[in-house]
Amino acid sequence: MTPNNIVNMALLLGLDAIAVSDHNSSLNLPAVFDAAKNTDLVIIPAIEVCTNEEVHLLCLFHSLNDVMNFNETIYEFLPPIKNNENVFGKQLILDSEDNIIGKEEKLLINALSIGIEQLLKISKSNNGVVIPAHVDKHSYSIISNLGFIPEEYEFTCIEIKNPENKIQFNGKYITNSDAHYLENISEPIHFLEVKEKSIDGIMEYFKEH
Amino acid sequence: MTPIEFANKHSFEILNEGEGNERPINGVYCCDLLSIVMGRAKLDDAWITVMSNVNSIAVAVLADVSCIILSEGMALDDQATQKAVEQNVCVLKSNLPTYEIALLLKDIL
Repeated sequence: MTPNNIVNMALLLGLDAIAVSDHNSSLNLPAVFDAAKNTDLVIIPAIEVCTNEEVHLLCLFHSLNDVMNFNETIYEFLPPIKNNENVFGKQLILDSEDNIIGKEEKLLINALSIGIEQLLKISKSNNGVVIPAHVDKHSYSIISNLGFIPEEYEFTCIEIKNPENKIQFNGKYITNSDAHYLENISEPIHFLEVKEKSIDGIMEYFKEH
Repeated sequence: MTPIEFANKHSFEILNEGEGNERPINGVYCCDLLSIVMGRAKLDDAWITVMSNVNSIAVAVLADVSCIILSEGMALDDQATQKAVEQNVCVLKSNLPTYEIALLLKDIL
């Protein structure tokens, strides 16, 4: 998965918008934005964060600037455990030509040392929206790890891996491809009713109660 | 005692032998949050957990534990089994709760 491969695969599939969300990192997003610069593809700048409850939360933002600021803040909370490439693979940072320009040394699959509540505050201060990811999975999901979706977090939307799983929730539901490999990127089968085809249009949809 | 000897003694299921015949159990670590285990489990601990996904195997390699013992009858999926084979990680399984398994381990230490 390189910036150009992701963008071109999404265009080939005929997708209107994609959220590119690495685990605990936004460092490949500038290249993705650059690669999509002269296309109609909408890129939502995003990060899939793992909190200290080991819950995966999808954090979406209005701009590259916001996601990079958010990234800088959460990076402080990523434990100083080094990646083991033999076990977890390489954590490369690429440019818009798909050249390798760097490597993340800290293990990104790790959990941040902050909980959901604090993460929501950091997201809010960067104008972001937070969606609990794959809530129906048996690991790394808010339901598997906390037992339920606490109301005080005021989530407006949850993501369900398999839409057939009926989850009790007072709000919106989405299903993502959660693609970790190019071939997993979904066909255009999931739709959002947005006012305009733009990052702000999509963000507004998620933020509305 | 090795993990395999321990498994045979208490009729635990051996999901993957790995290095289970080649290393001792020198301690016990009980925890289900992988990020905690990663930094705190010690070399040659038997790690008891209900977390049976593919990342548990990776964490066992990082922490260099003697074996993983899945409690409460937790199953290992295909992806995790394959990873255990690849990485030579010994994985045992029991229907007992974590505490009961820890008590059995206390007797051999």
